[in-house]
Amino acid sequence: MNIDGTKANVDFGQGVLREVNVSIVEAKVGEYVLVHEAYAIQVIEEKEALETLSLWNSILEATPQ
Amino acid sequence: MAENLKFRNPELAQNIASKIKSLAPKAGKTKICHVCGTHEWTITHFGLRSLLPQNVEVIAGPGCPVCIVPAAEIDEAVQLAQKGIVVTCFGDVLRVPGSKMSLLEAKAAGADVRIVYAVSDAVEMAKHEPGKQFVFFAVGFETTAPSTAVEALGNPPKNLSFLVSHRLIPPAMELLLGVGDLEIDGFIAPGHVSAIIGLKPYELFPRVYRMPTVVAGFEPIDVLMSIYMIVKQHSEGTAKLENEYPRVVKPEGNPKALEMMKEAFTVTGGNWRGIGRLPDSALQLRESLADFDARLKFNVHVEQGKDILLGCECHLVIIGKIKPAQCPMFMKACTPEKPVGACMVSSEGTCRVWAKNVAIQV
Repeated sequence: MNIDGTKANVDFGQGVLREVNVSIVEAKVGEYVLVHEAYAIQVIEEKEALETLSLWNSILEATPQ
Repeated sequence: MAENLKFRNPELAQNIASKIKSLAPKAGKTKICHVCGTHEWTITHFGLRSLLPQNVEVIAGPGCPVCIVPAAEIDEAVQLAQKGIVVTCFGDVLRVPGSKMSLLEAKAAGADVRIVYAVSDAVEMAKHEPGKQFVFFAVGFETTAPSTAVEALGNPPKNLSFLVSHRLIPPAMELLLGVGDLEIDGFIAPGHVSAIIGLKPYELFPRVYRMPTVVAGFEPIDVLMSIYMIVKQHSEGTAKLENEYPRVVKPEGNPKALEMMKEAFTVTGGNWRGIGRLPDSALQLRESLADFDARLKFNVHVEQGKDILLGCECHLVIIGKIKPAQCPMFMKACTPEKPVGACMVSSEGTCRVWAKNVAIQV
């Protein structure tokens, strides 16, 4: 939602907002972050997530029954 | 995002399960070990074991950071609390048994023990009450250690120090391979530990031990997919390191977090409840941060504690040698309401996960 130095206001969905420490990630406003105990530990990439799903589908289709 | 991406899609799950079944005869006995309490939760909560053929088994290794804290370190926290220091800890840690008592029992007897959501809460508390001494009981694997490092390096208030009980996962995985009759055929590596440490620390498992190793996420499809990937490797007689969770786990991990951990901690040998001493498996604050090391500041050091009570089989559950239901105390003398062993205390402990999700299924 917004970032102020090492602190960011993160939208957890369904109206839940919480202050999260973002000092160990390079996160920009609007990106998804993985939060572990009030510290963002990684930026989650939507593109990667979509690619994972298509990869799964292709692996499953390619394997002979 | 997860909803849109269908990481819980039942059709996809069935599809993967049928692929696993079709590979199973060729793979033969395939015993897969994960080392993460959250993986156990996903597997039991979504009933994933019921989708697997008989010869594919998934067992839970030492994946609960709270369960493996040795009693001696709980005793240290209790001693600090009894000295009149405010001890802050994660909720799960409160009821973990020490040699004589848990932190909850110390609190009941008058000590000031407070639950925090994160180390940052302890920092805020210490700032607000400068007249009191605070200790943060830093429990957790590589996922949690960076947050302790951030605060220890970030000029913490003078009245805050850290009782560091962080542990590292790869040495525990290596230990499991030395347990003769466990006979593991593949590893599911923990996704969120890997988000920090990356892929490199797992390279030795396929290379040295010929062990298929797949880093996996925590949605049911993630876990099923990783099982499929391991069964496939096993059926082909190969051993590779694969990453099923690239949306979070980068090959290099999180370099900034690793840098801060390196700056704050040195790696040393450490005791694990139910396992014993593992070399190079624990973190301790560097000498430059000695002023913030609670053990040095308040001179507490407990060498030996009483880890396992008579009749409790936590030491066998922790390494995946027995299932919770095989412990004679499970859901009899030891329940989530009145836990005896550490595995029943934490929400990531195998016994507690089973008690809450599959007690009926076994």
